Amino acid sequence: MSKPIEHDYIGLSVQQLLSMESSDSNNKKNGLHLKATELRLGLPGSESPQSEDHDHNVLSLKSFVSGAKRVFSDALDGGGKWVFSGGSGGGSEGLFSPRSGGNNGGNGLSGSDSGLGSLVLKDGAATKPVLVQEKKPQVAGGSGHGTGNIAPASKAQVVGWPPIRSFRKNTMASHPPKDDDDAEAKLGAGCLYVKVSMDGAPYLRKVDLKIYGSYKELYSALEKMFSCFTIGQCGSHGVSSRDGLSESRLIDLLHGSEYVLTYEDKDGDWMLVGDVPWQIFTDSCKRLRIMKSSEAIGLAPRAIEKCKNRS
Amino acid sequence: MESSELKRSKDSPNSDESAGLSSFPDEVLERVLSLLKSHRDRSFVSLVCKDWYNAERWSRTHVFIGNCYSVSPEIVARRFPNIRSVTLKGKPRFSDFNLVPQNWGADIHAWLVVFAAKYPFLEELRLKRMAISDESLALLAVAFPNFKALSLLSCDGFSTNGLAAIATNCKNLTELDIQENGIDDKGGSWLGCFPESFTSLEVLNFANLTSDINFDALERLVGRCKSMRVLKLNRSISLEQLQRLLVNAPQLAELGTGSFSQELTFRQYKELECTLSNRKNMHTLSGLWEAKGIYLPALYPACTNLTFLNLSYAALQSSELAKLLAHCPRLKRLWVLDTVQDKGLEAIGLNCPLLEELRVFPDDPFGEEIVHGVTEAGFVAVSYGCPRLHYVLYFCQQMTNAAVATVVQNCPDFTHFRLCIMNPGQPDYLTNEPMDEAFGAVVKTCTKLQRLSVSGLLTDLTFEYIGRYAKNLETLSVAFAGSSDWGMQCVLGGCPKLRKLEIRDCPFGNAALLSGLEKYESMRSLWMSACKVTMNGCRLLAREMPRLNVEVMKEDGSDDSQADKVYVYRSIAGPRRDAPPSVLTL
Repeated sequence: MSKPIEHDYIGLSVQQLLSMESSDSNNKKNGLHLKATELRLGLPGSESPQSEDHDHNVLSLKSFVSGAKRVFSDALDGGGKWVFSGGSGGGSEGLFSPRSGGNNGGNGLSGSDSGLGSLVLKDGAATKPVLVQEKKPQVAGGSGHGTGNIAPASKAQVVGWPPIRSFRKNTMASHPPKDDDDAEAKLGAGCLYVKVSMDGAPYLRKVDLKIYGSYKELYSALEKMFSCFTIGQCGSHGVSSRDGLSESRLIDLLHGSEYVLTYEDKDGDWMLVGDVPWQIFTDSCKRLRIMKSSEAIGLAPRAIEKCKNRS
Repeated sequence: MESSELKRSKDSPNSDESAGLSSFPDEVLERVLSLLKSHRDRSFVSLVCKDWYNAERWSRTHVFIGNCYSVSPEIVARRFPNIRSVTLKGKPRFSDFNLVPQNWGADIHAWLVVFAAKYPFLEELRLKRMAISDESLALLAVAFPNFKALSLLSCDGFSTNGLAAIATNCKNLTELDIQENGIDDKGGSWLGCFPESFTSLEVLNFANLTSDINFDALERLVGRCKSMRVLKLNRSISLEQLQRLLVNAPQLAELGTGSFSQELTFRQYKELECTLSNRKNMHTLSGLWEAKGIYLPALYPACTNLTFLNLSYAALQSSELAKLLAHCPRLKRLWVLDTVQDKGLEAIGLNCPLLEELRVFPDDPFGEEIVHGVTEAGFVAVSYGCPRLHYVLYFCQQMTNAAVATVVQNCPDFTHFRLCIMNPGQPDYLTNEPMDEAFGAVVKTCTKLQRLSVSGLLTDLTFEYIGRYAKNLETLSVAFAGSSDWGMQCVLGGCPKLRKLEIRDCPFGNAALLSGLEKYESMRSLWMSACKVTMNGCRLLAREMPRLNVEVMKEDGSDDSQADKVYVYRSIAGPRRDAPPSVLTL
């Protein structure tokens, strides 16, 4: 039996799309403005690699086959300009963040935020917009599975599909999925939580880097948090008990020689905390680790001394 | 000795033997038959002869009714006078996915009224997909003084007020098992309705209720119910509260934790770890809502003898799962979310050689983002490490024919194979071919297959394979598949043990429907929705087969001649009288 030619929502067959997208600058000529309808994540004005995206789009359309009843909304008109051409967006806030509202004035997002929000979050199962939509995760996941791992053009809501009971659907919907492995730093409106681990401690903590203005503040906060581990015993509310212990035995974690504070930056490298200005540090820090000095072999001996001498 | 006697009698029911048997005192026969538990065995026994029929009916204490409309409560009560335990299933399974109208039926009340009169000594009631009102629960609570066990799964129509009535009045309650239901949760005060003198509870499951529970009442209840062996908490219970409860319940065999994510101090963590350790009796663990990976190590000591681990509400990462599984050597059943990804499934293959059942649920099936989930690679990885696998439920974004073929080659003993490729009608993503060969491999290799759910792009070839090879198949679920009537005809013509067939969004029409005319009486039910069946086809079926109930549900605004949803089932009770106006009985 012959397979019917699959048509995407625009009414073009897959073959037609394939031939069109092979020449990437032809889109504008054909009046399709496919690139213009792409929903992308990235710093304002940045370009993401093109060729594999198109393949993804095509594949996703191909996989979008069904003779079944579907509920589509009309293709959005006027929804063309999805690319964020925000001008002078500050720092890393060019990312699609519907909650951030007017957080960074100049990044061109704020105006379209509400519009975006209302388009994506249309209520009711029936009106999920059908777009040639492709989103890049904000941190390039190393776990890409190749061509198979793309969302279809849209997860149009078919009643009762996939077959999951209501309880499970409602439960998972009310709790957003966890960050994936790579996104250790959670970005949101005005806070920057990073994990802090300490060698030997049974559990990690999280700190909001945004509430500290300097390294000194960070150090004292971390000392307070992790004091109980070096003493070996906590009071019932987790604060270090001070009975009989002198000041000098309390953590002078980072000023002493036993531990070194390091952080993982955006490239995945482990760096010594303190080298770069505070602001740059908070922008690039993904997680913190209080490392035993004995393990800090890779760091220059000078660095450890630097640590000791830092006030 | 008794069983061989039974066997001899069953094998040669000729007049000589039965003359000898009829002098066998009824009481003895009943006593012997009372040892028979399987309702299928009992069915066979009752067909031997009239004496055996009577002995069987008097000795039966548990009745299982797979379709509440196949029989009426009066008929049941007339045939079985001594029932103490009833299991009833109501709505078609697709009602779980909102395909059945709300007021469709399957109301328990009429049954309870009859039971109250005929089985005042009723002890157990287990309901699945039935409609129950608070009024019914109140009746249940007072009409049966010896009532012991209530289990509700996928039911709806009641609220926590009904639970309060049960708690207040059932003095001998041993089991209250409220699984996933459409319950109107009005608050947790119902738990405080158990009187202070009440100590008999052994099973308490309220994991799927959402509101805060009266913790003091719960703590006292757990403390005084010394025989409690199953405790499944809901999300409102914190880690600290869990620890306090566990201290009073050292003998728990099944534990469902509450929320596993509260900020703990070091000491609290240690206390929890201590309380969870040395639980040699614990074989089932679930809950772990919002589980924080860092606290999972507290569970490790409790996992030594675990056979069933339900992580389907804990969005774990692969590394967290791997570390946990290293402590679960005896695991036989595992439910996870696809957040563990293929790496997590590899860890399953490495750590769980005794695994028999795996269910992988999607964490975010309707999300707009690119979801990673699990792929064919993870499925194959599990199959290499878990040769004893016989039950799988697998939600994925992509699959290949080759991968499925490899899986069943590694695990030929599948009895339940439920594969859900979440994008309807999606082909093999590598070859772009239909997934026919995948399911062909399944039915050819897994000769013991009882239940099959298919997905992906499928042509009639899949159904040819099923009809030809799936000789033990009892339940088949089909969605967005097939090319023509021929597919369904193959199944109806080929699967001798088929009992339940549910189909949605397939191009099967009247020819297919009518090809199963003789088959449907040997089946429990048939469901067809969004197919090509017409009202005329259904009318013809109803006319030809008077012992079948043919029900059609119309959707608003649809063509008059189309039969949007068809539900066909055999019944000795005749057409039902409680159908809502949207359901037409032909």
